[in-house]
Amino acid sequence: MPLGLSVGDSIDTTTVHLDRVSLVRYAGASGDFNPIHFRDDVAASVGLPGVLAHGMLTMGFAVQPLMNYLGARGRLADYGVRFTRPIVVDSESGADVTIETKVGAVMDDAIRFDLTVTFNGETVLGKAQAQVVFD
Amino acid sequence: MTVNPNLVGRAFPPVGPYLVGREKVREFARAVFATNPIFTDSAAARAEGFADVVAPPTFPVVIQEHTLNQLLSEPDANIDFSRVVHGDQRFQYSRPVVAGDELTATLEVTSVKTLGAHAMVTSESVMTDATGAHVVTAISTLVVRGEE
Repeated sequence: MPLGLSVGDSIDTTTVHLDRVSLVRYAGASGDFNPIHFRDDVAASVGLPGVLAHGMLTMGFAVQPLMNYLGARGRLADYGVRFTRPIVVDSESGADVTIETKVGAVMDDAIRFDLTVTFNGETVLGKAQAQVVFD
Repeated sequence: MTVNPNLVGRAFPPVGPYLVGREKVREFARAVFATNPIFTDSAAARAEGFADVVAPPTFPVVIQEHTLNQLLSEPDANIDFSRVVHGDQRFQYSRPVVAGDELTATLEVTSVKTLGAHAMVTSESVMTDATGAHVVTAISTLVVRGEE
């Protein structure tokens, strides 16, 4: 059994604090300059409740607790998410996003980790799963 | 205006090679709150057996973006970018991307579905290294919201 883990084990819970600088930094790093991620007026003009975090930013940081836990043990073979709810990042208070990483399935040479990512008590990603192989 | 269903199976010319730069990897790592030193420190990455800093798992989205721009600007695609929302995203890795990789990406549209007024366009960007070996496939579903 890889890493001695069993289905249902929770390996980490982490909270990430996002502010507007986080969104601008991700825009520059990723090349996604859609203004709904940094301009309140543009977000309002297309009917959004506020400036939103990039979905790919959320996907990007959600897997980091797993990367820290694994270190060089195992190799990420597959990582997928569904974007189900937006994260509104307030200009003053920002947004706190919590990631819980649990063991979803254990195979002979692989583990599927399930990520539960919540903001304001609701999940923002669906079916967020990372498959790690031990080869 | 609806998304052209005949896009399915269409492959686009390869994009790249994209040279994965060490400082770009570090910049991206900071942006996604990646704190494992293999993502930012070359010596730490080498100590773990990598040639240089490792790109965080979602880094290939930077290259995928270039391929998706080909699709969005295809004259007969009928995809209104202002109505596009990211529905889901997946990466299938043969190995991690590391600084120094030269990646070439080829996009193919694998599915176009309509759901009420909305359309869902799924495409795959297959990324290979300078030797032609597969590194990662980025699979993206874009939701194109219909007119109200």
